[in-house]
Amino acid sequence: MSSFPAVLRSEWTKIRTVASTTWTLVAALVVTVGVSAGLCAVFNATFNDMPKEQQVTFDPTLASFAGMTLGQLAMIVFGVLVVGTEYSSGMIRTSLAAVPRRASFLAGKLIVATGLALVVGLVTSFLSFFLGQAILGDRSIGIDEPNVLRAVVGAGLYMAMIALFSMGVATILRSSMLSLGILMPFFFLVSTILGAVSATRKVAQYFPDQAGSKIMQVVPGAMDSGEAPYGPWGGFGIMALWVLASVLGGYLVLKKRDA
Amino acid sequence: MIEAVGLTKRYGAKTAVDQLSFQVRPGHVTGFLGPNGSGKSTTMRMILGLDRPTSGSVTINGLPFRQLPNAQRHVGALLDAKAVHGGRRARRHLLSLAQLSGIPEKRVDEVLAVVGLQDVSRQRTKGFSLGMGQRLGIAAALLGDPQVLLFDEPVNGLDPEGILWVRTLMRRLAAEGRTVFVSSHLMSEMALTADHLIVIGRGRLLADMGTQEFIAHNSAGFARVRAADNDHAGRDALGEALTKAGGRVLQEPEGTLRVTGLDLPRISDLAHEAGVRLWELSPHRASLEEAYMRMTQADVEYTSTEDPRAELWEPEPLTVPAWEDGLQAPEVPRGAFFAPPPPGAGGQPFLMPSNPGELAGTDRTTTEDTREETR
Amino acid sequence: MIELEGLTKRFGAKTAVDHLSFQVRPGVVTGFLGPNGAGKSTTMRMMLDLDNPTSGTVRIDGKHYRDLPEPLKHIGALLDAKAMNGGRSAYNNLLCLAQSNRIPERRVAEVLDLVGLTAVAKKKSKGFSLGMGQRLGIASALLGDPEILMFDEPVNGLDPEGILWIRNLMKGLAAEGRTIFVSSHLMSEMALTADHLIVIGQGKLLADMSMADFIHKNSRSYVRLRSPQQERLKDVLHEAGIDAISVPATGVLEIDGVAVERLGELAAQHQIVLHELSPQRASLEEAFMRMTADSVEYHAHAPGEPGLPPGPGPADNAARPADAPAWGTGYEATRKGGQ
Repeated sequence: MSSFPAVLRSEWTKIRTVASTTWTLVAALVVTVGVSAGLCAVFNATFNDMPKEQQVTFDPTLASFAGMTLGQLAMIVFGVLVVGTEYSSGMIRTSLAAVPRRASFLAGKLIVATGLALVVGLVTSFLSFFLGQAILGDRSIGIDEPNVLRAVVGAGLYMAMIALFSMGVATILRSSMLSLGILMPFFFLVSTILGAVSATRKVAQYFPDQAGSKIMQVVPGAMDSGEAPYGPWGGFGIMALWVLASVLGGYLVLKKRDA
Repeated sequence: MIEAVGLTKRYGAKTAVDQLSFQVRPGHVTGFLGPNGSGKSTTMRMILGLDRPTSGSVTINGLPFRQLPNAQRHVGALLDAKAVHGGRRARRHLLSLAQLSGIPEKRVDEVLAVVGLQDVSRQRTKGFSLGMGQRLGIAAALLGDPQVLLFDEPVNGLDPEGILWVRTLMRRLAAEGRTVFVSSHLMSEMALTADHLIVIGRGRLLADMGTQEFIAHNSAGFARVRAADNDHAGRDALGEALTKAGGRVLQEPEGTLRVTGLDLPRISDLAHEAGVRLWELSPHRASLEEAYMRMTQADVEYTSTEDPRAELWEPEPLTVPAWEDGLQAPEVPRGAFFAPPPPGAGGQPFLMPSNPGELAGTDRTTTEDTREETR
Repeated sequence: MIELEGLTKRFGAKTAVDHLSFQVRPGVVTGFLGPNGAGKSTTMRMMLDLDNPTSGTVRIDGKHYRDLPEPLKHIGALLDAKAMNGGRSAYNNLLCLAQSNRIPERRVAEVLDLVGLTAVAKKKSKGFSLGMGQRLGIASALLGDPEILMFDEPVNGLDPEGILWIRNLMKGLAAEGRTIFVSSHLMSEMALTADHLIVIGQGKLLADMSMADFIHKNSRSYVRLRSPQQERLKDVLHEAGIDAISVPATGVLEIDGVAVERLGELAAQHQIVLHELSPQRASLEEAFMRMTADSVEYHAHAPGEPGLPPGPGPADNAARPADAPAWGTGYEATRKGGQ
């Protein structure tokens, strides 16, 4: 059994020495913070034109994470590439020859990458929150208000979970292109559209992103989000189950199939 | 016939090909050798009109490639096996090439049969192995039944049967009076294939001569002489006699002698005079690899440094025999590497010392020395 | 030491590797030969536990690969020059491998220097030529200073200097008592490198023997004699009951099946001057072709010409001494005409 700290060190070297790590994570941060700030400015400017209902349920916390829908795509790319480049470059054979225990190999890779995603996610969520609140001015909310800190930390956790989910999917599919081809449209189009149509919302609310993003919400039912049969942590739990399934599936594929 | 006159190619300050003049004649397989980065590929590309020479010219049958009418009927080239659209089927790929130059369709099936791809001709080429891709590339080169053929590393990825086949094919094409120009890094393979060699280094012509001549010119062969095993005194006497007659003698671990500087009849006579019974007296030529290494030693771009364990490397060290009395060892042509296997190939390789005097002392200096030569 | 026991791999209905059992021993370079599709790569991948065998086992120093605590310190492998991440520098590619097996970082610079890549260590490996990629792969195999080394087509893409270097390296490592297992399609190269051969065809073991035995068993060997007293020599041979075949116009006699020592003694006894007395062996290529003739997947045929040359020996062997006939051809000719 290779000593696990050694595997972690090795994976850390791998992740910090490829250019894609930097640009995907920077993109995740910049896009999330930037788009959120922009949307907050729009909300602020057009607040009085909003329907009464929306004005009542306006959730300044959630508003400051409005860019997450776009920013998470960069996180998906990060997660997919961390695993996918092993396969596309052929490095996987060298890697597995060095660390033949599939469980150690996968755990090492996922822990390091998810840890990094979590750090970037938390930085992003706090930046996004404070910048958003600064822009919202009078309508802003303080971090010490009830549930707000949970939402901000939750947003960081959400980004890490999205990355981990993508890594699991990429391990199952063993290809960056295929994984991106499935995940990007799913999160950007399918989930959003199905979530917006009331007929399909009942199903779509159990999708990982929709369930998981509940944790960023402080005011229930804010921004047309509708009522869900689960709370913020319940939603996060649903997302965690998705993530668990993808990682477990990835592990089984890695163990059973020829590299 | 390919003819280069003062062919030069500069990329900025770097001169890749420098005033190269040579002729590749029909009826021979001409090998094109040179270290990595010596300008081989650039030259090949200029021959095919893919790169423009900075100055000088290269012609095929008297015309620059771009002015050849229906070039595919004159010149066939295998440059890169993977230069095929992966989604196409093998036959369709060749057919489209054939149609471009008005070659009849039945020729496509002919060349597919020649290269042994008839059974997979309807498969998409992206599923092809490197060896199959190579065969397809050769098929494309043969399509126009051209008089001039260029091959760049043709045996790449082929299995032993394929290698033998390509070698036979090239020799047959040359025997039919075609011009066959082939580049390769595999010296042992080239020695079996090419009758004529063009060697370049740093873009300049280093040699343009027959393969046999090239080997004879750049390295020394030796005679392997074995006295009867039960006659140690005889062996020593023979060694002494050979040395006195001006031969240079080294000893293999089991006692067999290697003699340079004397021809076989002379050795035979000396043995006879000394009353020594011989159990072997065989001529050994140097290998093309050895000859090539000597010629190009100054022109290599990426060199491997020697392993720190290098001094452990000589599984079969040669020794200067006792009768030399530790005297000044005679000068032997320096920088030899591996002696050739016995004629017909397949023998054990052995190290030829660069300087017998050093061999007698420490192995370390010899390896140091050999390394110098490798560069 | 690598031990294979009943190793089998099936892909659906096709059996790629079929009950393969052999050992790769330390101290010698063991060549691994077989036609395309014989199952060489699959076998090597199973040795590294990259493919799961359908049945049978591979043991590395008595252990399963997965149970090796730090496998790179036991076995280093070059399977594929492109098995590195091109977006990472050569140095970093090796560094992450070193770290995973707790190999000190200075070893990375050491092996890069050894393979001659120090100057491009910080460059991304995707810009590497095939030969440089190959060197990087060799560096990764040497990283853990392992006792067992596996090389799949190591000279692929190397230039002559690199080919000479890797051959010396392999022989040197074997001389240190390490286990060296190398596959190649280049018979002429293998003949210079390997001491022992394992040959497979259609997934089955065809031969496991020393190079000399392999060539001896699968081809013809004979002794070449030249003498200024050829007529007397012929008489003497005839008296001794030895059949000699004379090659026309060269003054060469070829003798099958008689030890070179006996011929030497015979000549000495009768005071016959010999100008050549050389034992000849066939090439590895020829021996290999004979053995595997039945198990080749893609046969190339020139119209009206069989894929394999007839008779012993590549008929047009340009490496022969200038004065010698293509050996084997003369033999065939005289066999038919002279007897």
